[in-house]
Amino acid sequence: MKKLLLIACLLVPGLALAAGPSVPLDKANYDLTDKASLQNGAKLFMNYCLGCHQQQYQRYSRSFEDMGVPLEMGQEYLQFTGEKVTDHVTNTMPEESAAKWFGAAPPDLTLVARVRGADWLYTYLRAFYADDSRPFGVNNKVFKDVGMPHVLQELQGLPRETHEKRLIDGEMVDQYVGIKSDGTGELSPEEYDAAVLDLVNYLVYVGEPARLEAESIGRWVLVFILVLFVFVYLLKKEYWRDVH
Amino acid sequence: MWKNLLDWIEYRIPMMRVANMHAIQYPAPRNMNFWYVFGFLATIVLVNQIVTGIWLTMSFEPSAERAFASVEYIMRDVEYGWILRYMHSTGASAFFIVVYLHMFRGMMYGSYQKPRELLWLFGMFIYLALMAEAFMGYVLPWGQMSYWGAQVIVSLFGAIPVIGEDLVIWIQGDYVISGATLNRFFALHVIALPLVIVILVFLHIVALHEVGSNNPDGVEVKRPKGSLKEEDKTKFAMHEYYTKKYDIIDDVVPFFPHIVLKDLVAFCVFLALFCYVLFFNPEMGGYFLEHPNFEIANPLKTPEHIFPVWYFTPFYAILKAVPDKLGGVIAMFAAIIALALLPWIDRGKVRSWRYRCGLHKWNLLVFAGVFIFLGYLGGTPQENWKIIASQILTVMYFGFFGLLWMYSKNENTKPVPERITK
Repeated sequence: MKKLLLIACLLVPGLALAAGPSVPLDKANYDLTDKASLQNGAKLFMNYCLGCHQQQYQRYSRSFEDMGVPLEMGQEYLQFTGEKVTDHVTNTMPEESAAKWFGAAPPDLTLVARVRGADWLYTYLRAFYADDSRPFGVNNKVFKDVGMPHVLQELQGLPRETHEKRLIDGEMVDQYVGIKSDGTGELSPEEYDAAVLDLVNYLVYVGEPARLEAESIGRWVLVFILVLFVFVYLLKKEYWRDVH
Repeated sequence: MWKNLLDWIEYRIPMMRVANMHAIQYPAPRNMNFWYVFGFLATIVLVNQIVTGIWLTMSFEPSAERAFASVEYIMRDVEYGWILRYMHSTGASAFFIVVYLHMFRGMMYGSYQKPRELLWLFGMFIYLALMAEAFMGYVLPWGQMSYWGAQVIVSLFGAIPVIGEDLVIWIQGDYVISGATLNRFFALHVIALPLVIVILVFLHIVALHEVGSNNPDGVEVKRPKGSLKEEDKTKFAMHEYYTKKYDIIDDVVPFFPHIVLKDLVAFCVFLALFCYVLFFNPEMGGYFLEHPNFEIANPLKTPEHIFPVWYFTPFYAILKAVPDKLGGVIAMFAAIIALALLPWIDRGKVRSWRYRCGLHKWNLLVFAGVFIFLGYLGGTPQENWKIIASQILTVMYFGFFGLLWMYSKNENTKPVPERITK
């Protein structure tokens, strides 16, 4: 039966895709109020992502102001292509060539956190593994056969699938236990997770730059409505007292 | 001075007379409960949609090239543009929530029965116009779901025999959903349909005030002229338009301030919920703003699952339950037409479910459950059991009307009280 299932899965790769990510998503405990984290995330984005992915709806200056980065400093350390600080976060990669190189043009990432969710991004960026059958030598556990190379490899090192021999139902089985870096990266596994979380934090922020402002206004609005409710309710009671 | 100005105006247009007649000295039954606030709330949401809509059009660009980007421009660069956009998007879902509750109220208390048939029909026309308005509005941000949702809905017209295919091209203004479609939907969304809705709402209210409000007991508060003793008549001052024609029983309150204050209490509660969503949870878990719609429309990339927004999903489930496409479209429209025909399907004389047979109560509750469950089936990924389930539920949906038609003719009802009970 299991064999039949396996064959069925192999014959219909579409099924595996339709079922969504094959690994459970890790929770991304991002914190939009953590400006250092946002700044580090922005740095990672500008250095590793912007070459291929744009954030064409977001202006540099908006990000800098919200993350507490002085504009001149932002221009010096986070802007590499000499645009104005009020320009949108774009690159110059022609879309048609990009589609040829990667199979599909790299998507704009302004709203990626709102499309995929923070947990998906956090897991995805930590789910690359060596796979020689792929053009860039890596595959991804969350997004099977993704056209993207592992751009953070110099930070993480080359991650490999690891297996352990385990005794299951009286048989020794080679079981997949996760992905482990080969240790050639600049960061330790914990540091890498933290860096990815910063990047995700930044992506969540760019997805909805008004989030924090919305919540701080929203609290006052709700307090106001509560006070209004009390007075309106008392007034209503007063007028209706004689009716019943 | 103030009095003189009012008199000057009143001599030329009937400002105070109309206000008195319809908004102040309008007799409303005193037992109208919490279910009676949703008409007022729907009006508030309508105003919200119109006002925020006007401001959104100031920055929105209705073209395939710029629509998506201009929405993000509103979200980022327009001062407090995000509030306007979230008020509008939350308002769309809120509109359907209050309208569905408003309709269910009408069904519970038999508010569609004689003499309120036209009132109910105007309401159904508002509902239809609202669905068209919401659908076209959803296309405007030009995200993936905007595009593919439009694709699915517009292609339904292709199921019509003979003219179907030409009709689809005529609606789209192109051979595919394109910028031309977006442009005409924009025109219909911001001018044509809002005008229709506002006119229908006006007629809905005129019809309501002509026949008077129903109430949870379904007891008439306006009695034939001369049938009531003086002590049984209301002590409140009501407009002579009503008192000349009828004796109004002592179970009413004036619309202002009594009903208005009651509606305002409900409004505060509604506003708190609305603002919670608006400020803290505008996506509402992907129901009010669907996640794939944050990705720009791409005609070459079909999303894994295509759903309409939650308020259409019950009808979408009915559509998918019928294997034949034309049959599905007919079933879907029949589901709405059946609702519109309720005043004639229900042959009962007793209005409120309080005094109708036990079967009626169950029938109505099951119908509400069926509607919600159909919504779940239409809004989640297709599975085999769901097709069968939605077929059973579609039969149950229409079964509600069939049963009602049968038992309402010689129904075993409880005695209806002479006057409002509490």
